[in-house]
Amino acid sequence: MKFLRPLIVFAGLLAVWQAVVSVFGVAPFILPAPLDVLTTAIARADVLAGHAKITILEIFLGLLFGTAFGTVSALTMAYFRTARAWLLPVLVISQAIPVFALAPILVLWFGYGLAPKVVMATLIIYFPVTAAFYDGLRRTETGWLDLAQSMGASKWAMLRHIRLPAAMPAFASGLRVAAAVAPIGAVVGEWVGSSAGLGYYMLLMNGRVQTDAMFAALFVLAIAATAIYFTIDALLRHALSWQPETDPARTF
Amino acid sequence: MTRDKETQGSDNTGWRCHDGGAIGLRIANASLAFAGTPLFENLSADIAGGQWTCILGPSGVGKSTLLRMIAGLGENGPVAGITASDGAALDQRIAWMGQQDLLLPWLSVSQNVALGNKLRGEPADGARIASLLADVGLSERPAALPATLSGGQRQRAALARTLMEDRPVVLMDEPFSAVDAITRARLQELAARLLRGRTVLLVTHDPLEALRLGHRIHVMAGRPAHLGTAMEPPGETPRDPTDPALRALHLALLAQLGAAADDPSNGGAP
Repeated sequence: MKFLRPLIVFAGLLAVWQAVVSVFGVAPFILPAPLDVLTTAIARADVLAGHAKITILEIFLGLLFGTAFGTVSALTMAYFRTARAWLLPVLVISQAIPVFALAPILVLWFGYGLAPKVVMATLIIYFPVTAAFYDGLRRTETGWLDLAQSMGASKWAMLRHIRLPAAMPAFASGLRVAAAVAPIGAVVGEWVGSSAGLGYYMLLMNGRVQTDAMFAALFVLAIAATAIYFTIDALLRHALSWQPETDPARTF
Repeated sequence: MTRDKETQGSDNTGWRCHDGGAIGLRIANASLAFAGTPLFENLSADIAGGQWTCILGPSGVGKSTLLRMIAGLGENGPVAGITASDGAALDQRIAWMGQQDLLLPWLSVSQNVALGNKLRGEPADGARIASLLADVGLSERPAALPATLSGGQRQRAALARTLMEDRPVVLMDEPFSAVDAITRARLQELAARLLRGRTVLLVTHDPLEALRLGHRIHVMAGRPAHLGTAMEPPGETPRDPTDPALRALHLALLAQLGAAADDPSNGGAP
């Protein structure tokens, strides 16, 4: 049932979609029927795969750099008071400016290639990772730190063996948010200016009123984004299997 | 405070070594204020080497704080005013066992036992871990994660971790308060047996626990807190709690605690 449920939801949505098209007789260039989208997707599988590869690469690189910068920033902020005082406002400002507004500037600076999309995805990922990890590092159970201190642990050993592992659940929460929002950064970048990627392809097909191809690209994007999220989620769950989970919906 | 070699030399009663390697502790004129309110002032006590000293008192009187101070925990670090009977520094000679088991949830039982070694970057002796786990009755579950253990098992793992440190002085902060009565009685017997010969300072709010385990029992009360004169129950530890002689001492301790609660210096408690 657990695995069947998403499929049932998906099938239900498809049925509603098909019903809307059949009942209201919507023109195909406004809303193509699900079957038409599927046929187009199969017919253009090669093209879609090529664009998907680019977008997935952008998301992946964005996740990599965003997580790396976020981790370093969180550690710096946790351990150096001066850095914290200067970095915190930068962090907030970096999120106050919408990435949509930055996109044209980034394209201007980094060109039409991979770089501006990766930068955008990095920017969008940086904040949730930094904020969550920084929080996690600061909320170590004080008893554990006392114990480590009584055992003669150095500051480094305390970070390595107590604070870091203790912060992992919080870090994982940040990474999950990052995995969910990373595609936004990549696709926004592609919309603003590019020559490849699913976002670019959707915009192109939109201009040519090939709505079915646009929908096909959208589907590939949704599948890719979902797959990335669930892969990361599964990896994190596996790595943090020691963390007991409680279900708030459970009645006692 | 000043350390007067003369007086230290002439004093030969409680805090000197009782046997071989055990070291005693002397707390001299320790003072601590929390947010402007003095928790204790000029507090002095001698902790006998190789024996169990229990500090008994109501919650919030500052027992845990005193223990943390001796352990050198917190922002202040090691505090002057606490000296060892052999004159050497206390650094790395004290093990601390807190109110919770403080097992790290991501480490297995045996990894938790060897935590001190890991933190100091020293190799851990696998045979010693195994023998300590056997001592506390956990030899079946070295690879278990703490979340899969019962409360009593967790405390026993914490006890093994404390023993793994092999320090002459052990500070215990109500280590058996979070388990049921039967488990507590077993843990007390286990601790008394495994920590024999070490200098133990046990903080508790349970008079019976103090009577079972303590060679000397001090009641801590008042605000700022002070330590009462030591009660020294007769007999070997762990004592039988059903012993009538112990019941008389139990009543005496309860009376002391009651008087402390009525004491007007105790922050106006009724």
